[in-house]
Amino acid sequence: MADIAQLNKLCSQVRRDIVRMVHAVNSGHPGGSLGCVEYFVALYGEIMNHNPKAFSMDGKGEDLFFLSNGHISPVFYSVLARTGYFPVDELKTFRKLNTRLQGHPTTHEHLPGVRVASGSLGQGMSVAIGAALTKKLNGDKSIVYSLHGDGELQEGQIWEAAMYAAANKVDNYIAAVDYNGRQIDGDVDNILTLGNLKAKFEAFGWETLEVANGNVLEDVIAGLKKAQTYLGKGKPVMVLLHTEMGCGVDYMTGTHKWHGKAPNDEQLQAALCQIEETEKDY
Amino acid sequence: MLIETMTTKYTFTEKKDTRSGFGVGLLEVGKQNADVVALCADLTESLKMDAFAKEFPNRFFQVGIAEANMIGIAAGLTIGGKIPFTGTFANFSTGRVYDQIRQSVAYSGKNVKICASHAGLTLGEDGATHQILEDIGLMKMLPGMTVINTCDFNQTKAATIAIAKHNGPVYLRFGRPAVPNFTPADQKFEIGKAVTLIEGTDVTIVATGHLVWKAIEAEAQLAQLGISAEVINIHTIKPLDDAAILKSIAKTKCVVTAEEHQMHGGLGDSVAQLLSRKSPTPQEFIAVNDSFGESGTPDQLMTKYGLDTTDIVSAVHRVLKRK
Repeated sequence: MADIAQLNKLCSQVRRDIVRMVHAVNSGHPGGSLGCVEYFVALYGEIMNHNPKAFSMDGKGEDLFFLSNGHISPVFYSVLARTGYFPVDELKTFRKLNTRLQGHPTTHEHLPGVRVASGSLGQGMSVAIGAALTKKLNGDKSIVYSLHGDGELQEGQIWEAAMYAAANKVDNYIAAVDYNGRQIDGDVDNILTLGNLKAKFEAFGWETLEVANGNVLEDVIAGLKKAQTYLGKGKPVMVLLHTEMGCGVDYMTGTHKWHGKAPNDEQLQAALCQIEETEKDY
Repeated sequence: MLIETMTTKYTFTEKKDTRSGFGVGLLEVGKQNADVVALCADLTESLKMDAFAKEFPNRFFQVGIAEANMIGIAAGLTIGGKIPFTGTFANFSTGRVYDQIRQSVAYSGKNVKICASHAGLTLGEDGATHQILEDIGLMKMLPGMTVINTCDFNQTKAATIAIAKHNGPVYLRFGRPAVPNFTPADQKFEIGKAVTLIEGTDVTIVATGHLVWKAIEAEAQLAQLGISAEVINIHTIKPLDDAAILKSIAKTKCVVTAEEHQMHGGLGDSVAQLLSRKSPTPQEFIAVNDSFGESGTPDQLMTKYGLDTTDIVSAVHRVLKRK
């Protein structure tokens, strides 16, 4: 197992990257990105068997990850860069003309680590299921992971996919929900409540578990390892990660207002004061 | 009817549906290539995918009535090297899942073959909810998407086999009714390559799908009147065979386009765009003019909406006057 202290340091640096990236172009989505730092660091630093130095689209023999809520690209890009998929320095091109780091992730610019475009919500679970089916056809024992926003679950396609995965025993697949309770217009419960989400996925035939604090790295790792124990038993696996939007930057928490808004110069400094530079800033 | 006394330059021994050409082609390509997989949204028999499903149960995915999920799963199946063929009606293959195709397939550059039956008015009695006449336009607007509309059983079979060998997203459009099967069984299908069926000097008729046979019939009628029509079978609407069309136009100086689709966004649009840039030429359009379809028999509908052999002949007379 990787050194938790080391991975926590990586979390800190990823948070700095996120706020600096969105500040630099005065656009992007810091809130959800900050809330999912521990999930991404757990996945790429500890959980997945993957090959950053020799990325291939087909990823045969590797675990695969699909980001369905593509707007949290800052955390995805930072973690990909800092785990070796592409130079960390490239983070400074985020959302700028001719960049491989488009506002929402895409394969179009051939950025290593990205296997499908996302951003228009609700599509990633279907894609992940397809990739999991191909792994089965290929006799590839690797695992497919995906992440979804909680607001994203309002999209109907998610439930088409959820129904399919259970009915067809897609049991080499672990999905996760960034269960932060917030979306652009406000609290999920006020926009269109998800009701009892755990019961919903269970009713759809999924093995479902919750991580009570999705911003504690050890808990996320433990949750994902627990999820792995359910694989191969005829059910897809869902991990509901209770996270805090904006986690790590005090003024970005407790509100939905930093879902898709960048900090100004002053706010950036206020954020960076709270986040230790553990690896070098890009 | 004049046509009954005509002898066309092409003959057929039987009428067959284009969708059956797809089914036979899919089975064959499944035998040729173990990476070919197929998905269907509860229309397996309608799409003639049952033979593939029976032969290769592990490579066939019944997704239920959930087309968006089908397109997404197909995109995912490509990751690791599969070549997915999705099957449902043209309406549910395009308009219903446009954003899924746009983001997860086209923008993501995935090697998915979107195969669509029951396109156009010839679906018949089901009416306008199911008779999509906008699908060619929707699909040809997507960057990188290849768009094919086949004219008979043999061509549809050949196209199905050919697109498996093409790396990239493809929209393959075909229909429901039995129509003359007149192209060679052993034809070589080249994506993007027009087929000049009949050479002529006075007018070019550029047709796709079910209108190709009607163009052949129109040519026979026109020949009786001393008008020499060149008939081009455009199975690939995108990329369009610019050279073949320009070569013909250089000779005939006028064109009639014919398709079972809206005038807006169809083959005629693509041809007009080509000609306006390269060689402005009088053009008449055989297409549905900004209207939905309705219930009726296929023949009744093709007549009512102006997509019949006689309509092509009339259009030729009109365009000749504009030369």
